Amino acid sequence: MTSPKLLEVRNLRVEFPTRRGTLVAVDDVSLDIAAGEVLGVVGESGAGKSMTGAAIIGLLEPPGRIAAGEIRLEGRRIDNLPYNEMRKIRGRQIGAIFQDPLTSLNPLYKVGDQLIETILTHLPLTQAQARDRAVKLLEDVGIPSASERINHYPHQFSGGMRQRVVIALALAAEPKLIIADEPTTALDVSIQAQIITLLKRLCREHGTAVMLVTHDMGVIAETADRVAVMYAGRIAEIGPVQDVIKRPHHPYTIGLMGAIPTMTHKVERLTQIDGSMPRLNAIPKGCAFNPRCPKAFDRCYRDRPDPMPAGNSLAACWLVEEKAHV
Amino acid sequence: MSEQTVPMLRVTNLKRVFDVSPPWLNRVLEGKGKSIVRAVDGVSFEINKGETFSLVGESGCGKSTVARLIVGLYEPSEGEINFEGVNIGPAAERAKHPEIQGRMQMIFQDPYASLNPRWRVGDIVAEPLRFRGLLKDKKAIEKRVGELLTQVGLSPLDARKYPHEFSGGQRQRISIARALAGEPEFLVCDEPTSALDVSVQAQILNLMKDLQRKLNLTYLFISHNLAVVYHVSDKVGVMYLGRLVEWADTETLFNRPQHPYTRMLLDAIPDLDMTGRSRTPVAGEVPSPLNPPPGCSFHPRCPLANERCKREVPKTIPVPGGAVACHAVEEGRLPPWKAQAAA
Amino acid sequence: MMLPFARVVEFWRQTTDSDLFWSFKRSKLVMVSAVITVLFFIMAFGAPYLAPHNPFDLASLELSDAFKPPAWEEGGEMKYLLGTDDQGRDLLSTIMYGSRISLVVGFLSVIFAMVLGIGLGLIAGYVGGPVDGLIMRIADVQLSFPAILIALLVDGVSRGILGEARHSDIAEAVLVVAIGLSYWVQYARTVRGSVLVEKNKEYVQAARVIGLPGPLIALRHVLPNVMGPVLVIATINLALAIITEATLSFLGVGLPPTEPSLGTLIRIGNDFLFSGEWWITIFPGVVLAALVLSVNLLGDWLRDALNPKLR
Repeated sequence: MTSPKLLEVRNLRVEFPTRRGTLVAVDDVSLDIAAGEVLGVVGESGAGKSMTGAAIIGLLEPPGRIAAGEIRLEGRRIDNLPYNEMRKIRGRQIGAIFQDPLTSLNPLYKVGDQLIETILTHLPLTQAQARDRAVKLLEDVGIPSASERINHYPHQFSGGMRQRVVIALALAAEPKLIIADEPTTALDVSIQAQIITLLKRLCREHGTAVMLVTHDMGVIAETADRVAVMYAGRIAEIGPVQDVIKRPHHPYTIGLMGAIPTMTHKVERLTQIDGSMPRLNAIPKGCAFNPRCPKAFDRCYRDRPDPMPAGNSLAACWLVEEKAHV
Repeated sequence: MSEQTVPMLRVTNLKRVFDVSPPWLNRVLEGKGKSIVRAVDGVSFEINKGETFSLVGESGCGKSTVARLIVGLYEPSEGEINFEGVNIGPAAERAKHPEIQGRMQMIFQDPYASLNPRWRVGDIVAEPLRFRGLLKDKKAIEKRVGELLTQVGLSPLDARKYPHEFSGGQRQRISIARALAGEPEFLVCDEPTSALDVSVQAQILNLMKDLQRKLNLTYLFISHNLAVVYHVSDKVGVMYLGRLVEWADTETLFNRPQHPYTRMLLDAIPDLDMTGRSRTPVAGEVPSPLNPPPGCSFHPRCPLANERCKREVPKTIPVPGGAVACHAVEEGRLPPWKAQAAA
Repeated sequence: MMLPFARVVEFWRQTTDSDLFWSFKRSKLVMVSAVITVLFFIMAFGAPYLAPHNPFDLASLELSDAFKPPAWEEGGEMKYLLGTDDQGRDLLSTIMYGSRISLVVGFLSVIFAMVLGIGLGLIAGYVGGPVDGLIMRIADVQLSFPAILIALLVDGVSRGILGEARHSDIAEAVLVVAIGLSYWVQYARTVRGSVLVEKNKEYVQAARVIGLPGPLIALRHVLPNVMGPVLVIATINLALAIITEATLSFLGVGLPPTEPSLGTLIRIGNDFLFSGEWWITIFPGVVLAALVLSVNLLGDWLRDALNPKLR
């Protein structure tokens, strides 16, 4: 990759101390996002994808904490910043979009006031300028008659419109990176398509990079430039989206792609990966995927693989190394 | 009509309204009238034995209400539900035919809510056996529960455990085992995989297909996921605001969709093979079912709408492989499907 | 089949492994309250064996021993550790027997209120419609009266109907009904609320599709799932019921002086408080306060521990 790295995550480890011992929700995750790039992060529930996003933006829910690793934004470490410093970065440099738009909007304030407040906090503008900008943002995200809607409360918007407001809010201070955690999951298919298209267009126009966290491979396929597949807190495979979808290397990715029903060709049976992802308190030794892997061999039960080059991607699988030797 | 052609289930002009008005006192004080939602507004379809019929649509389109009407969780406001020629629509009629109720079962969406958290899995699965008196002897029940659990890919030993000890996919298997315990022929599946992860979804879909073949089951499958519907169905119906706007056999519906709403849905689905695709999504949102548009309820979002669509509710007209309710189809104004996709 | 012993071991393992036990162990305050509560129970129910005297045995009473101060005060005797009351009854023994009466009345009235409240709440929530409206309006009306007033009313009516002599014979039962009737509303409301949530859950719908009749679903499926909050209320209500019983007895409408509960003792002592015999009121009062406080603390803890949002 030649473009400068906007975000670098190195060996990130997120732990949750509980009374039954420490759970490792994110384990040794490294990834980069270049400026203007859309990185998709997929995985099943509990794979650690949302936790990775929350760690980057400094919103891990206690008792969760970053136990090891580094997060750098434009070369500057942000994982160990004090709360107030991080708050300045949040919104100004990293925006956030969550699954439920209602959690990101304060129900007691007009959407305009929330937008203006965000703008004034981060940008040196006057009240009137901020207001103009807020209207323009709402127009940008496709809200009709924005200058009136700015005076409405969140509950007066429909789900899709609310998510548009959240996107406007995330873009308000022109951040360089947006963490979007399941931004379309709560929406209907037709609305989902609108939001994805919108997100793609805005990020292209503003040059914003996006970390798109979702369980929907279809959304990733359509939106992302690169994709990271997570499994049991680790990255199983990361690479250009076409490669990961069409030429997956990790047996988990291969199984996952076969498990997704498509509308372009009908199969009698879907490929199925037997079993389910291990709970965080029962992650097996060696490769976490070994109990479900059809190709597991002795080494998989012994050592934990790190992502290693496989084609244009990186895959955390000993088979890749085997093949490289052959 | 000869014996063979009587469908297993025939639903005719099914309607269900819900009164969502505020309490009487509030209405009087605030001077508001009654508000009524037509959740299901004149739906008709047939399902033949051994077939999978799917209903798709966005949230609030009434597909889950249809499912609940058929299994008797709601009573229809109007219309008929004929199960092998017996109308079990009205609750009183349904009560006269407990044997029919026993032949249908339902699988629910949320595997975390559909199993009683205080019961052991064995008791959950055995409940239909015990209640319907299929087996009396304790040993026989235990044996049958073991068989059922094995059939859905669990172990007979799991009968001792409680639901919270299982993952979402395993719970859905327990749900299926319970549904099968009453030896049903007709299963209503309300979004059975939408709460599951994809790899687990594949397991459940495969299991359902295997069971259908083995036990000659008939499915009514409710889903919002078109790809899943394409995978499992023989026939598909598309619902919008309480009405069935189009139904057809699966290949016809997915390859030659007629209704503009069906086309819009198909165009909106992100698909694995569509990397980097750009498209022009249909604008607008689903209107509130409290106050649906007059005429064809899709007309505010429809690119083909004309004056007649705003006025007149379209009739369902038969087309090759299915039926569609659209003035544009009737008037021959419909552009070819592929042409639209390329535009 | 598991052996009984193995079952006990299994049960113990499950109990000590549970979240409830864990949160119990974490709080010293809760453990202290639990210990105090258990001590009270031992003291109250072991009274016939543990108490130095039997205050109900009229033959053993010596009026000349009346108004003895506690043993450490001047004029006190070791025989009467906490002193005696106006009739020469040993205060320690009377308190032990009295707490037994208080606890029994408290428990029984909580059970009475629980059964009534759960039953009506379950019917109201599950049946809905006019039945629900009727039950809940009755509950609303009752809520607009203070509990103590209702208890007084029930007590008064029963005295009127039964006559004073017969009333004394079944004073405890009347108290239980009176207190129970004044506290059922809370159970009914809580249960109704939970039933409204539970009855729309899919496991209830699944039972309906199987064809189970309504009452069976309400009892077998819904009821076990609404009991959590009820147990919390019951614990907190136990303290309330004990106080209500004490209040009624203090007002003289509860138990007769021949069967003194903690409240009766406080009332008796109240007459002599200003003539210097403070111990007759203070000791039963301290015991009542300690008992109610520890039961209340247990209830608060139980509420927090069972509430997943606060965990």
